[in-house]
Amino acid sequence: MEHGPFDQFVIERLLPLHIGNVDASFTNASLWMAIAVLLATLLMTLSVNKSALVPGRWQSVAEVSYEFVANMLRDNVGDAGKKYFPFVFALFMFILFCNLLGLVPYSFTPTSQIIVTFAMAGVVFIGVTIIGFARHGLHFLSFFVPQGVPVFLLPLLVPIELFSYLFRPISLSVRLFANMLAGHTMFKVFAGFVVALGIIGGWAPLAFIGALYCLEVLIAFLQAYVFAILTCLYLNDAIHMHH
Amino acid sequence: MDAAAAKLIGAGLATIALAGVGVGIGQIFGSFVQGALRNPAAAPKVFGNVLLGFALTEAVALYALVIAMLILFVF
Repeated sequence: MEHGPFDQFVIERLLPLHIGNVDASFTNASLWMAIAVLLATLLMTLSVNKSALVPGRWQSVAEVSYEFVANMLRDNVGDAGKKYFPFVFALFMFILFCNLLGLVPYSFTPTSQIIVTFAMAGVVFIGVTIIGFARHGLHFLSFFVPQGVPVFLLPLLVPIELFSYLFRPISLSVRLFANMLAGHTMFKVFAGFVVALGIIGGWAPLAFIGALYCLEVLIAFLQAYVFAILTCLYLNDAIHMHH
Repeated sequence: MDAAAAKLIGAGLATIALAGVGVGIGQIFGSFVQGALRNPAAAPKVFGNVLLGFALTEAVALYALVIAMLILFVF
């Protein structure tokens, strides 16, 4: 096959740039990430530029997305989470715009690259760990010791807790990456069926692509939501240490 | 058996994980419908949790997909 289902994920250098041994080229992934940041910034600045008491269409979009994340943070972290709102909101809008822009035909999905999602999950993980140690000092280590458990079970449970904590950035990044990868691969696989079945039977997979596209729009939003809400839950763990 | 055949079998076996995910997603929406029929007024409140559970369960299927792709394309 000329265009395999994975060709859409190939990174191309648009502006080659090498600093020493580091390849810092401006790639198509960088381009689409820049577009996502630009569009999110434009949405959030232009729409509230001439803010009215009764919001117009664009202002409503901006206000609804702001309230959505603010409520998520308030419900899951409480008042202590207020100062982390800019970070969670930026994360949510960036992932949402990357996911949605990826659904535009002929575009590129930066979130379908594991390194992009892993960088974000790594920032969340390291940041949350630092917040935990900064707020509780070495007492934060008791987070790994489950309460109300017989002492002789602790040697078994503490490594499990520690491992599940260390596994967080991997599950967080792979969840987003694999969702985007699987969705876009499925589009291309079914597009291949349309070509193979031709004009007689090709409409059936084409209709399926239409349905799949609706699901992918939902998934694009849902994955941004899941990433943001898990960030909130991790923040809550670090700040309140409930177990 | 040569390595290429073993790879294909391994990637196929990795999709067995989908059985558990199917049970999980069915369980989520089944429980939601049951609960919603018993108390329709509470249904909209938990629908966000349903979608969250669906997304988290679906991600498990995708871990299996990642394993299958690792088997096929990395080794």
